[in-house]
Amino acid sequence: MASLITCPHCGTRPKEEFSIRGTALTRPHPAASEEDWHRYVYLRDNPKGRYQEYWHHAAGCRRWLVVDRDNVTHDVFSVTDAAPARGASE
Amino acid sequence: MTSYRLASAGSVNRGQPLTFTFDGKSYKGFEGDSLASALLANDQMLMGRSFKYHRPRGPVTAGSSEPNALMTIGSGARAEPNVRATVAELYDGLAAVSQNRWPSLAFDVGAVNGLLSPMLGAGFYYKTFMWPAALWEKLYEPVIRRAAGLGKLAMQADPDRYEKSWAHCDLLVIGSGPAGLMAALAAGRAGARVILADEGFRLGGSLLSESASVGGVSAADFASAMIEELEALPNVTLMPRATVFGWYDDMVFGAVERVQKHVGTPSPDLPMERLWRIAARRAILATGSEERPLVFGGNDKPGVMTASAMRTYANRYGVAAGGKVAIFTNGGSGYRTAADLVAAGVDVTAIIDARVQSADAVPGGVRVIRNGGVVGTKGRKRLEALIAERSGFQEQITCDALAMAGGWSPIVHLMCQRGAKPVWSDEAQAFLAPDVGSAFIAVGSAAGADTISTCLKEGATKAMMLARDLGFAAYEMNIPEVEGEYDPAFAPVWYVPGARDKAFVDFQNDVAVSDLGLAQREGFRHIEHTKRYTTAGMATDQGKLGNVATIGIVAGMRGVSPAEIGTTTFRPFYTPVSFGALAGTSRGEHAAPVRTSPLHDWAKKNGATFVEAGVWHRSAWFSREGEKGWRDSVDREVQNVRRNAGLCDVSTLGKIEIFGKGAAEFLNRIYCNNFLKLPVGKARYGLMLREDGMIFDDGTTSRFSEHHYVMTTTTAYAAEVMAHLEFASQTFWPDLDVRFVSVSDQWAQMSLAGPRARTIMSRVVEDDISDAAFPYLAAKTVTLRGGLKARLFRISFSGELAYELAVPAGYGEAVADAIMEAGRDEGICAYGVEALNVLRIEKGFITHSEIDGRTTPDDLGLGRMMALQKPDFIGKRMSTRFGLTAADRLQLVGLRPLEKLEEFSAGAHLLKEDATPSMANDQGWVSSTCHSPTLGHTIGLAMLRSGRERYGETIVVWDGLHGREVLAQVCPPVFVDPENRKLQG
Repeated sequence: MASLITCPHCGTRPKEEFSIRGTALTRPHPAASEEDWHRYVYLRDNPKGRYQEYWHHAAGCRRWLVVDRDNVTHDVFSVTDAAPARGASE
Repeated sequence: MTSYRLASAGSVNRGQPLTFTFDGKSYKGFEGDSLASALLANDQMLMGRSFKYHRPRGPVTAGSSEPNALMTIGSGARAEPNVRATVAELYDGLAAVSQNRWPSLAFDVGAVNGLLSPMLGAGFYYKTFMWPAALWEKLYEPVIRRAAGLGKLAMQADPDRYEKSWAHCDLLVIGSGPAGLMAALAAGRAGARVILADEGFRLGGSLLSESASVGGVSAADFASAMIEELEALPNVTLMPRATVFGWYDDMVFGAVERVQKHVGTPSPDLPMERLWRIAARRAILATGSEERPLVFGGNDKPGVMTASAMRTYANRYGVAAGGKVAIFTNGGSGYRTAADLVAAGVDVTAIIDARVQSADAVPGGVRVIRNGGVVGTKGRKRLEALIAERSGFQEQITCDALAMAGGWSPIVHLMCQRGAKPVWSDEAQAFLAPDVGSAFIAVGSAAGADTISTCLKEGATKAMMLARDLGFAAYEMNIPEVEGEYDPAFAPVWYVPGARDKAFVDFQNDVAVSDLGLAQREGFRHIEHTKRYTTAGMATDQGKLGNVATIGIVAGMRGVSPAEIGTTTFRPFYTPVSFGALAGTSRGEHAAPVRTSPLHDWAKKNGATFVEAGVWHRSAWFSREGEKGWRDSVDREVQNVRRNAGLCDVSTLGKIEIFGKGAAEFLNRIYCNNFLKLPVGKARYGLMLREDGMIFDDGTTSRFSEHHYVMTTTTAYAAEVMAHLEFASQTFWPDLDVRFVSVSDQWAQMSLAGPRARTIMSRVVEDDISDAAFPYLAAKTVTLRGGLKARLFRISFSGELAYELAVPAGYGEAVADAIMEAGRDEGICAYGVEALNVLRIEKGFITHSEIDGRTTPDDLGLGRMMALQKPDFIGKRMSTRFGLTAADRLQLVGLRPLEKLEEFSAGAHLLKEDATPSMANDQGWVSSTCHSPTLGHTIGLAMLRSGRERYGETIVVWDGLHGREVLAQVCPPVFVDPENRKLQG
């Protein structure tokens, strides 16, 4: 895992300032199918390599971030604020 | 006792003698000595006993790779075992004792293992102590552990402080030998922020040990001049006594600085050690190379050491390793050692060169045996002679020290800690540093350079390259001339056949060549298997000396190149790091923060006993004179609340201020019940669900103005709820205009409950709080008598008429005092979380004992709160799944014992009468219990299959843990005031 995460708001910070929630999934529409909701709530890929996760800068700006990283090489490709990355609510 | 201190050589401070003890005996050394060099100077070659065979051992090295000279330094709580004497800096009053011997170092009973050594080969323990299995724990392991092993821990608390710190730099230079010094200076002159770290107590690395002259002065003087210039540069930080032990992601390096390990009386104002995390933009590995021992019979006799170690003892410390020294070499290092020793006046009896010929200069008068080998050694506690063999002819040569020069291995550990493997080079006959990218590069002999001048040049050039890469203007540097260099080239000799005694590859773990052969024969052929079967490379030195020989010998046995065998895995730490340094300040009571409520002192002076709840210290009960135990206090507090009134500290609840035009809509989506139309001035109980439909947390939220809400959460979930709100706001509905701030610590909050609560509260609050003006679930800002603004909520967790009053934290104690005073004639008492818990169980209110992540609102009887007509809220979609609405789900019920005196505990399971206890017959479990002083018997809340249909049924409360079965009647989960008359009174 990366030792340092570059928060788009606070700059480069040690990973201990962050907490990780897991895969950056998009919440389905409230009326989406049971199948979609089941997948969102319960099913996770366990990719080897690159993937995107929600990280919370809990000991910093308190923003939720999307960290795009490789869990094999530990490279971090980007850290973006989660809000603009997600669509507006319905 | 012979003195082995040379007349003049070395850079120890002869004007500053130091006194120290070893095994109780007093010795003298000099400032600048290592413990090992001072012992050698005093003719104390025997420094330890080996791990398994208890063989007498002396130092093999003069550095951090030392496998043998492990000692316990210090006494009492400061006794530190397994310190390498070769790197321990001598100080006045140092007390060292030897390890792994009984009764004494010179006479060790355990040495009998050496006689048994034919039986004790690799895998002996695995094969011998297999059965009977029962004996393993009781007999075999304790005996083996006592017989084997290293130093003993002091069983007292460490009296010293440790700390952790971050450092940031443009360039981290690891190692301060010729390459490291030049690198640091090149980058330092260019203006880069440089950290130069070295594990040694004196900077200079190999320059301190070499006899060549650099820039017209001795190598050591050259190093001093370089360090002086570096010290003058404000952008350069020098860190001696700092071992860089690990390389982590994103160019973060771990280092441990031994701040006061070399001090007789440590200052209480300084840490003993400091753990550094160094974030470096670029790094240079200038760790040098390790000289390999040669593997021949009896190569572990005290007095046998690497040639470079012998040069270090002579050139740096002014100590001769012996009076009559022989040298066994496969390259130039042996000849250089001979020359240095001869120059210092030491008698060199012979150079035994494994090669047929070489161009190395032979010092005058020294005999050279070419194409020869050492096949045996004589002597017990110190080498007395060696047996050299040449063309089948054996000869005994008298000597009291033997230098082994077996070639060089670049020290590349740090570069291999993140997955890259070192690369075998046939040309260098060594494993070289892997290419790990342009940010971290090896220079000097760590990169395979062979001479001081190459090291100097490479250090400068590569550092300039990195500095320029970072945008610094780096100018060419003059590379000083080196005179008197030698060529350290060597021809590999992995193993000298014909050994009469054991030929060791791993000194510390007593692994001999024969063990490696056994491992191959028995199928442990993969190098990682060979390592674990034989324990080669598994000791505290992690095979720094022996691993390459192990690989070379295994390659030879298998008839392949060492490249094919490969290395074992390199992991941090490079050398052992103390737990103290790793823990830093996080020990004892500082291991976790202590949170106390703003009403902590109020509770204390009212006689509270505190309980730790997570990091909180909460008032549990308030003992009074004559009460025999906590139950007496709790019963009294509960009864007093029900009869009169009580004041409880509820400041630990999470408190979150919520603002914004979108706050109402946001809360409506966060809670499963309706919040959109909550009027200003009202509080509402709310349930938050997880997306899977289970309850996440509960609490009240009050509307103070159109766009301002105050939320309370449970104590345990305060942080989680805050993060949950932020997540929902930022990722689900970023368009909703809503902001939050946690104010849990900013407000002191207290609950005043009981029939007299209004009377008491009205004495403190100026506003009209009659039932008409301030009914159940009212919430507003009020003015206290005296003018303080406070928040008053009419909410209850006890079932009584109750208020929660929140005041700015600093006023908490004064306000609580005022309420106690105002309630004195009404019979007010302070009550703690134990009474709070009894009151809520009696009333059937839920906590996280019931909200355990498996329960839905309906399971807890709160199904009507679900506002499914709302277009969306968290958890809505999954709540309607069949499994979550099935009629046979576990539902919250109350339990009362059939026999009043019988008790049961939370965690007990429920069974139908006459059913055998089994998972199939399980009907549910008890979530909360207490003794109800109001009812006079135990009551419980439980989750029971289809529970609400089963009121009146008799059920077995089965407690396998306590071996107890109690018959209980299922009842509604509200034991007190089910009509809420008191609550709304």
